[in-house]
Amino acid sequence: MNQSSRKEAAVRKLLEASPPPVPHDLYTEAVRRGGRMLRRRAAVRRVMWFVLFAAVVAFVVWASTAQPWVEPPSETTPPLSGW
Amino acid sequence: MRGRQASRDARRAREFEAFVAGAAGRLLHAATLLTAEPRDNNPRARSLLTASLAYTYATWDRLRGEDPYDRARQQLAVRFARGVWHRHRGRGGLLERLAPQERLILVLRMYEGVAEEQTAALLGLPVERVRAICARAMSLVLHPPRGPAPKVTRAGKAADAGAGSPVGSGAAAGGDAQARGTGADAETQASAGSRTRAAMSGADRADRTGRTDRADRADRADRTDRTDSAGRTDRTDRREPTPS
Repeated sequence: MNQSSRKEAAVRKLLEASPPPVPHDLYTEAVRRGGRMLRRRAAVRRVMWFVLFAAVVAFVVWASTAQPWVEPPSETTPPLSGW
Repeated sequence: MRGRQASRDARRAREFEAFVAGAAGRLLHAATLLTAEPRDNNPRARSLLTASLAYTYATWDRLRGEDPYDRARQQLAVRFARGVWHRHRGRGGLLERLAPQERLILVLRMYEGVAEEQTAALLGLPVERVRAICARAMSLVLHPPRGPAPKVTRAGKAADAGAGSPVGSGAAAGGDAQARGTGADAETQASAGSRTRAAMSGADRADRTGRTDRADRADRADRTDRTDSAGRTDRTDRREPTPS
């Protein structure tokens, strides 16, 4: 065993010593906050879908009333010549 | 639809509970090492770990076969690295003396056994830098630097000064003698008419350090109109000597 690995082993041993006690409410707290995060994300996703749906509906309504693809009727008379 | 959602929630909760039961101790130890807190009083480590575990819980359904422990550890490291944890000083604990980055790299490399390349990629550092920081942190942990020197009391200081002054004056006298020696040397060379620049500076030094006033004045009168071998008058010799 060379010196560097011996040093590493010594440091590992130092670091491993005396682990702290795990608080009993860690799991419930994590689930509570994680659940809140999940619910918030779901809400944001729902709102985004709703906005997208509303935008699509608005566009369809506008397009069906305005019909921008139809050529507008001519408003000027063609010049009268050779009469 | 609702039933499927409920069953997924239940499965997630079950799996996550098993995961926390297995991994929380080790992760909490790592977090406590990171925040450099004593083992019985580690509020920052707890909140850091709670935040990482909450994130792991929230992304549990998107793990896709990835190791949740890896995910939680990565969250812990990233949150520590970029969060407000930098600004707090250690409050005891094993790694109190280390800088936050040194702590982070030491814990990842030595405690968690993450490979150098992965640590470097996670923190956005070159591999060589990770290696250097880890070596420094290891030597700091193994050989902690001594604390500040103990305060010197007034009595102790006085005794020190009394013991120190004769030695100092002796050394000064020795320096004087040496300077005078070089000065004399320079004089002989000067009278021989072959003064070099180095010798001149030696003479000048001798002037400053310590001859008697009268000898000095005579010497200066002698030297003001003397020119060196190149035919220039040396201005440094005309300078007033500082009183010694």
